[in-house]
Amino acid sequence: MKNSQHRTPLRGDASAWAFSRRVFTEGMRDGVPIALGYFAVSFSLGIAARHAGFTPLQGFLASLFNNASAGEYAAFSLIASGATLAEVAIITLIANARYLLMSCALAQRFAPGTPFFHRLLIGYDVTDELFGITISRPGALNPYYTYGAILLAAPAWAMGTALGIMAGNLLPLRVVSALSVALYGMFLAIIIPPARQNRVVAVLVLLSFAVSYACGVLPGIRALSEGTRTILLTVLLSAGAAVLFPIPVEEEEAHAQ
Amino acid sequence: MPSNYLYIAVMALVSYTIRILPLTLIRKPIRNRFIQSFLYYVPYATLAVMTFPAIIHATQTPISGAAALAAGIAAAWMGAGLFPVSVICCALVFLIELFV
Repeated sequence: MKNSQHRTPLRGDASAWAFSRRVFTEGMRDGVPIALGYFAVSFSLGIAARHAGFTPLQGFLASLFNNASAGEYAAFSLIASGATLAEVAIITLIANARYLLMSCALAQRFAPGTPFFHRLLIGYDVTDELFGITISRPGALNPYYTYGAILLAAPAWAMGTALGIMAGNLLPLRVVSALSVALYGMFLAIIIPPARQNRVVAVLVLLSFAVSYACGVLPGIRALSEGTRTILLTVLLSAGAAVLFPIPVEEEEAHAQ
Repeated sequence: MPSNYLYIAVMALVSYTIRILPLTLIRKPIRNRFIQSFLYYVPYATLAVMTFPAIIHATQTPISGAAALAAGIAAAWMGAGLFPVSVICCALVFLIELFV
């Protein structure tokens, strides 16, 4: 192992996943803007949690153990309307399905021989942003980089939610109204840049807007709860897009190892 | 109605399972083209469905919500990140509701 620093990482070379203060500090540095954004956005998530009857502690725990903007927001909306546990499980699954893809991509980047527990820890906080900064680093994944970022991002997310629940009562209505769109701003920041790159995504986003609006006013469908409509529309629209416009299959790279 | 702690436990279990399965059990890439495509499109559909028309009902007046939607789309289109887009949306709602 001592010689390993002088070579490129090989199979079972611990230098790929070893703790290094430099890598950890880089993760914390890149985690600062993410934590700031999370704090602001989770504040508005707290407002949604308050509508669902969550206490600040419950909101803190929900965010600490979920780390999911859309997933938590959808679940809170459902809970506010008295949903069953099964409904909450399904909406969480649908709204967070994208993390399945991100975890698949991350799984490919672990250096062979990385201790198994790192996979369990990284899986704790796979989000759009943390996935983005982790996957964009060259070479094998050093989990300590991601841990540095998580160390700032996860507490900011959980504390912002708790504060949003607490302050929702104290702040003037006008401020609550303004803050309640922060989460939607975050959603737009996630979906619009790919829509600019990919015409199919752009059409899918516009169509989703239109169908979502129509379902809110059409008799019959309108009677379904907002969460149920979100589940149905997501599955139908995504399945339709997948049938009509399947994405190109990724090149086989696994055998190269 | 179940206790909020039960809801939190279910949410956490589902969220963690989704993330941990590919990292532990399914270590191979998903090969099925339909599932790959479906999972690729899901975030756009679900986030778009959840954003509109909800953003218009979230504010005190529909006008400010609609303005936030338009400004958010424009800012994200021009490459603004998560935090700037959110701030622009909030600030616009606040400003408009000062006058409306």
